[in-house]
Amino acid sequence: MSLITTISNALRGGKPNRLRKSQDNSYEVASQWRLMWWKFKKHKVALASAIILLFFYIVAAFCEFLSPNLPEARFTEYKNSPPQKIHFIDPQTGFQFRPFVYGMSAKVDEKTFRRTFAPDPEKKYEIQFFVKGESYKMWGLIPMNVHLFGLKNPKDPLILMGTDKLGHDLFSRIIYGGRISLSFGLVGIVLTLVLGLVLGGISGYLGGVADTIIQRIIDLLICIPTIPLWMALTAALPKGWSAEQTYFGLIIIFSIIGWTGLARVVRGKILTLREEDFTMAARLAGASGFRIIRKHLLPSFASYIIVNVTLSIPGTILGETALSFIGVGLQAPVVSWGVLLQDAQNLETLAYYPWLLWPTAFIILTVLMFNFLGDGLRDAADPYK
Amino acid sequence: MLNYISYRVLQLIPLLFAISIIVFVIIQLPPGDFLSQYIAQLKNSGTAVSESTIASLQMQYGLDKSMYMQYFIWIKNIIIHGDFGRSFQYNQPVADVIGPRLSLTLIISLISLIFVWAVAIPIGIYSATHQYSIMDYVFTFIGFIGLAMPGFLIALVLIYFIFAQTGVAITGLFSPEFVDAPWSMAKVMNMLPRIILPVIVIGMSGTASLIRVTRGMLLDELSKQYVITARAKGVAENRLLFKYPVRMAINPLISTIGWTLPALISGEAIVAIVLNLQTTGPMLLKALMFQDMYLCGSFLLILSVLTVLGTLLSDILLAWVDPRIRFGGATE
Repeated sequence: MSLITTISNALRGGKPNRLRKSQDNSYEVASQWRLMWWKFKKHKVALASAIILLFFYIVAAFCEFLSPNLPEARFTEYKNSPPQKIHFIDPQTGFQFRPFVYGMSAKVDEKTFRRTFAPDPEKKYEIQFFVKGESYKMWGLIPMNVHLFGLKNPKDPLILMGTDKLGHDLFSRIIYGGRISLSFGLVGIVLTLVLGLVLGGISGYLGGVADTIIQRIIDLLICIPTIPLWMALTAALPKGWSAEQTYFGLIIIFSIIGWTGLARVVRGKILTLREEDFTMAARLAGASGFRIIRKHLLPSFASYIIVNVTLSIPGTILGETALSFIGVGLQAPVVSWGVLLQDAQNLETLAYYPWLLWPTAFIILTVLMFNFLGDGLRDAADPYK
Repeated sequence: MLNYISYRVLQLIPLLFAISIIVFVIIQLPPGDFLSQYIAQLKNSGTAVSESTIASLQMQYGLDKSMYMQYFIWIKNIIIHGDFGRSFQYNQPVADVIGPRLSLTLIISLISLIFVWAVAIPIGIYSATHQYSIMDYVFTFIGFIGLAMPGFLIALVLIYFIFAQTGVAITGLFSPEFVDAPWSMAKVMNMLPRIILPVIVIGMSGTASLIRVTRGMLLDELSKQYVITARAKGVAENRLLFKYPVRMAINPLISTIGWTLPALISGEAIVAIVLNLQTTGPMLLKALMFQDMYLCGSFLLILSVLTVLGTLLSDILLAWVDPRIRFGGATE
């Protein structure tokens, strides 16, 4: 539908007056969500952010296929190696379409005993696309061995963002880490959403004692500094838990502390909507409480909930990152952006191996994009303004 | 006013009680109690632990009693004796261990709060009075970044860039020779330049959100009738601005101290770990790693109580500034 409108609008490009008129007509009959979409489309930054985020999530979903190396593959000759540069021009043969990288040769400094790497023109590795590499299981189910790109011999190094102290390829690990970190934001918000909706709804709709109790609980949770509380609770998770258990344990902890913001929004909205004429009319017409909430109240503030949720996803992602970064969240064999940053904790490593900061770039980008998106959604949330 | 204050103080009691219960639960959370850890530690170091020692230690901490009796013993020790329990990691009373750390956290948080206000209010006023100017956009953009990026990442990136550019490692609050030195004028002078970066990093998000709030509030006020009336009567622009709209716009700033302060203290915890500050954050982390639960429980308890008191102060301040709250009774 929207494609047809776009095309027809483009065809009518020469006649702006008629275009506006036709839009005005549809404006009056358009549904609430359609109006929001129109308003949201005007917010170019938010639209771009949505596309970038979608791209990130797709990459995270297909990380096994898209990453050139396995996250646990180690290039033992290339510990703490700087990133390789992608070349198109070979000094001997000139320009070529197929990109290639040079291998590195290590040199040990005689005084400090630190290894430094320099590109070695002798070792030229051409990058192949849809190459057969190390075998993996797509989504842990389908055995495959095709990677989007990589080197002919998977034992040869392709390290586009450098390696860590064990010789892991940082680029592949960032892609794999994206799956954990990005999904954590989405999965983590589900429980928060349920808690916020239920408790905020009860608080606003029932009022009275239930309202007072829930409000006091919110006051209480706001009083305790969040990060220290997170730290204390995650540290209390049993050490013997598997990676999945810790992941969901963290999500439960975040949700138990984080539902307050959403509950406040829901309560506030319900309190005002409860007094509206259409609610009264529904009640007089004999609608049940559940039906009023479902049919009349929920659609009225669904957009606000979406905004609120969008704006709280980055907080959850950052929480996981922060906790894993300081070492109380997810632990080493698991790869998340926070776990990757653990290597970049002290100034010494940062000074010598600055490429270990790469995960920060992705975290910051993700968080900013979510914020822009949330901002755009907020502007679009009330299309009748 | 007195009525209002006493009502607010009374309201605090159940809140403090609930906080203490949460903290007690957290202390009890890790498997095994503190005593079995302590005994294991003694055994590891080769000390023979007799049955009678264990029994006497159990008596001392009431570990042979039921859970709620343990809670009462714990809270009684805190309120009456100021005894927060024992840190087995340092083998000292918790109160002695955390005192200096806590005061540094408080100093940094308070300086950050002042920094947040000193920077955010003028910028907020400027942005509102020069709406849609270039500087307004610049400040909005910076504010957006500050709001979205967490302090510890900013800190991480900053220390790297400063080190890469100048070769100076700006971690820690003091030069090595001052770390364990008693407080003196020289130590304070040593700290001052080093405190700037943590304060900026910690205050960043607070500043960003406060700029937004101030700008929004002031814009609301500026479009009201009384401003137009005053302007029509020829009141000088600056006098008009600071006499009424700014005073109105500052109200929510005071009422949000309650949220700003815990956010600052909370953000400080991880920034301090990155910047290697001698404050509560790193010590709390270490205590958690060693499951030194009395130590981290006490941190949590004291930080929360301080936050509650901060909120109380801000409420009183607000009532003092805004007569509508003072006379409107205790309800909102």
